[in-house]
Amino acid sequence: MPQPRTAGRQSLADDGAPFTAGQAFRRGAIKSLPFLVVMIPFALLFGVVALEAGMDVAQVLGFSVLVLAGASQFTAVQLLSDNAPVIIVILSCLAVNLRMAMYSASLVPWLRDATAQQKAWVAYALVDQSYALAIQEYEANPRMDLRHRLAFFAGVVSVVCLPWMVFSWLGATVGRAIPQDIALDFAMPITFLAMIAPMLRTPAHLAACFVAVAGSLAFAGLPSGLGLLIASPLGMATGALVEVWSQRRAQA
Amino acid sequence: MTNGISDLTIWVVIVVLGIGTFLIRWSFLGTLGNRKLPDWVLRMLRYTPVAVLPALVAPLVVWPAATGGQPDPARMAAATATVAVGLWTKNMILAILAGAITLFGLLYLL
Repeated sequence: MPQPRTAGRQSLADDGAPFTAGQAFRRGAIKSLPFLVVMIPFALLFGVVALEAGMDVAQVLGFSVLVLAGASQFTAVQLLSDNAPVIIVILSCLAVNLRMAMYSASLVPWLRDATAQQKAWVAYALVDQSYALAIQEYEANPRMDLRHRLAFFAGVVSVVCLPWMVFSWLGATVGRAIPQDIALDFAMPITFLAMIAPMLRTPAHLAACFVAVAGSLAFAGLPSGLGLLIASPLGMATGALVEVWSQRRAQA
Repeated sequence: MTNGISDLTIWVVIVVLGIGTFLIRWSFLGTLGNRKLPDWVLRMLRYTPVAVLPALVAPLVVWPAATGGQPDPARMAAATATVAVGLWTKNMILAILAGAITLFGLLYLL
């Protein structure tokens, strides 16, 4: 449990206690390090795949800097090399990214007092990893102030977003394929599951997770990203309902 | 380009996708301002991470691309070990280690 504030100190619930914005930044950066194991090969691979699909280095960098969203970048390259119509490429990729609207909404209670410019920067760098690490930190340390929250986010971004750009550029420049026999495909699922499991604190969280997982498996046959967009709100609604029920039972 | 897509087409895709993706990410955070969200919305949003992220990876666990979509005991076991250790220790690094050791151990044995 967070302790009450004492003499301007920021008390934190778990390991480490960033008292300055710089320390919050470093904490964010350090907590992001495990993601590099996934990020670097994935980014190199994007560079290689895009190059093989006929793009040049500037375009690879254009994707990684302007779009900055791994899954949709691979989708775009895949569809472009299949000669899909441009409108289909764009709509499919935006559908893959639509989940980020839920991240955006979920961060409002934590970052509502940030300036418009700060919010724009957060939005630009709002990827699965930065969202997951930030929300985990904010929920674990509800007393963290806005400056520390933003510094933590910036620390995460420095480790998860910058290497994405650098290594996709490197992949396109070097153009050498990653050894396929290492089971790196599974690094992403494992990191996300490892991050989520400690957040399953209450029956409501477990129920939300269970329904969302069941839904995403049931709707897996739907076109890219659509199943997720149905399953996730179902899970979120389940969590909210179970929370209300638990409160009623506790009061009764 | 080797397969007939022009450079311009690719740049159009990049720029439109960049703007569209930014607007998706900015949507609620940028427009809701300082307005208070209704309680029921806040209650649902509390469950965003534990709903979206597991739903994102569940199909990858059950039908891994690396095995051509065939369910794979090593990957299932690794996912289970990750979640179990994560729930038990509340420690992300230990959970990752448990998952990685299970995966590589089983891939080596099987």
